[in-house]
Amino acid sequence: MVKELEDVVDVPVVHICTVVPISLTVGANRIDPAVAIPHPLGNPKLSPDEEFALRRHIVENALRALTTDVSEQTVFEMP
Amino acid sequence: MAEIRVVHYLNQFFGQIGGEEKADITPFSQEGPVGPGTALQKELASDIKIVGTVICGDTYFNENIEAAADKITSLVAGFKPDLLIAGPAFNAGRYGMACGAVCKAVQEKLNIPVVTGMYEENPGADMYKKDVYIVKTGNSAAQMRKAIPALAKLAMRLVRGEALGSSAEEGYLARGVRKNVFHKQRGSARAVEMLLQKIKGETFATEYPMPVFDRVSPRPAIKDLSKAKLALVTSGGIVPKGNPDHIESSSASKFGRYDITGVNDLTKETYETAHGGYDPIYANEDADRVLPVDVLRQLEKEKAIGSLHNFYYATVGNGTSIANAKKYAHAIGEELKKEKVAGIILTST
Repeated sequence: MVKELEDVVDVPVVHICTVVPISLTVGANRIDPAVAIPHPLGNPKLSPDEEFALRRHIVENALRALTTDVSEQTVFEMP
Repeated sequence: MAEIRVVHYLNQFFGQIGGEEKADITPFSQEGPVGPGTALQKELASDIKIVGTVICGDTYFNENIEAAADKITSLVAGFKPDLLIAGPAFNAGRYGMACGAVCKAVQEKLNIPVVTGMYEENPGADMYKKDVYIVKTGNSAAQMRKAIPALAKLAMRLVRGEALGSSAEEGYLARGVRKNVFHKQRGSARAVEMLLQKIKGETFATEYPMPVFDRVSPRPAIKDLSKAKLALVTSGGIVPKGNPDHIESSSASKFGRYDITGVNDLTKETYETAHGGYDPIYANEDADRVLPVDVLRQLEKEKAIGSLHNFYYATVGNGTSIANAKKYAHAIGEELKKEKVAGIILTST
């Protein structure tokens, strides 16, 4: 889906996903690794505030991916 | 030796009833082989006889799958067969779905071997290859002359109860069944041998073919995020509570488009997940964990991003074929293009 969207809309697309190897194999260009399969942008062990902060981190990382030029598939590990 | 009785299933076209205008005919049967059944009979051993043919319209079948499969199974049973052969369907989607479904139903209800043939990309192949043996054919009836002997060959092996080899050896679509076999050479030795062949640039045969995925060129980065309209798409199945569009928990047949105007946070009262491929408990408590609307709204408020598009798109990635995923993304993409979105965030589990 990531690739088709990128081709059709002609804009950068970032894939926030847990199983990065699948995204890589399939060919997403910008990948932002997520937390876990049942909660990619969350962690129920954290307090709501901490969880929001974590989610914000992952989303900001996704925005970093969208604002970074890439020439090949790139996994944007969390800084 | 007792005669082996075979029934052949055909659609309205190969059953010599008519074309699309007859695709709505209801199932019926007749004695002996019809159409390609005659060629099929010639490829079968002399003690194997096509005693009857069951014919059904492709559209009728696909619009009444259960009822049609039931009726067809009864018609098949009427011939007291030892084997069912369906098709071949080549790339005809409705026909492939019908052949697969008929084979599966007959296999289950009558407990006899069944076999069909179709092109790899036929949706019926994806659906039924795990349940029934599907001989690999070309993508059009122009390949009938090759398909018939292949179909007959596998059919005979099945009805005689012969042990089958791998899908590659026997020419059927891989069913995803792994069978442990002893190889005379151990794995480490075979791996090293294969690696050496690869390094030397010699041809080698993989023991496990990987599916091929194509690539797209990465688009340029967004220059000014504070002016950018971003859209959210998810394969994680986040839908309004109650799943109003009934997106399936597996093998989704559609995607949904949902209005989040004025929505700053997804709650357990208002959103849920339809996805059957992961434990839903966390997403159901707080769908932002899969679709981060709350964070994006916050960033929008802070003017860190221009705006979050007021519609998000969702489907369920569980068991969805590559072809369907591409199809949904294409349709979603066409809509987002009109909205002049500058970037897309797609979330998956």
